[in-house]
Amino acid sequence: MKIKEIAALLNADVVCGADGLEREIDKGYSSDLMSDVLTLDTENMVLLTGLSNLQTIRTAEMADVQCIVFVRNKRATPEMVKLACENGMCILESPLSMFRSSGLLFQAGLKPVY
Amino acid sequence: MTLTYDIVGGDFTRAGHPSSEVKKVLKQLGIDARTIKSIVIALYEAEVNVVAHAYRGKATIMIDDTKITMLLEDEGPGIPDINLAMQEGYSTASKEVRDMGFGAGMGLPNIKKNTDELLIESEVGKGTTVKMVNFFK
Repeated sequence: MKIKEIAALLNADVVCGADGLEREIDKGYSSDLMSDVLTLDTENMVLLTGLSNLQTIRTAEMADVQCIVFVRNKRATPEMVKLACENGMCILESPLSMFRSSGLLFQAGLKPVY
Repeated sequence: MTLTYDIVGGDFTRAGHPSSEVKKVLKQLGIDARTIKSIVIALYEAEVNVVAHAYRGKATIMIDDTKITMLLEDEGPGIPDINLAMQEGYSTASKEVRDMGFGAGMGLPNIKKNTDELLIESEVGKGTTVKMVNFFK
């Protein structure tokens, strides 16, 4: 699934990495616990989270997560956007809940990490 | 090559900066992506531990042709029972640390998973030293 399809399904704004919207994503993971994200061994994954702070971006950087969706109207701060852009990430913001976002992506064929 | 970084206890804005720089250096050296990921995840977890639990610390990163050695030395409360701290789910993290998305008692087990060698030494009331070694494949 392309990142632009994820953005469309989740009615999400693209706040960073608009040039990466054609990138293919294989799997999705939803978590507010970054410790769990750091245990994953998955590539080409989108992270759905309601945890909006600088360490969310740092975690994604270390775990090679190229796309983050902030759900339930959480916003990325300018500092977060800057760090994400520097690392070539795609950041989306969706008004939908984590459950609904995950369900929509799953229904559209995005695979779970486990 | 040796890189050193100061880590300030409680300052989550800077956590991850050393890991980020080390990641860039390893990329430039042409180390494969999976090896880099293991290294920077272990280093990042160790950094977060210092920020979350210690007053201050220092990260010393030594890179040679075959391996990376990462030494994190902190001044802090120390770990009374290292075996207990290694157990998945055991945590003494504050609410503030949990609010940042950490403190679930998974850091040390995840460091072990991502390193080839791990040595933890700690003295209660003084501090903790974590030595991690990863060999380049």
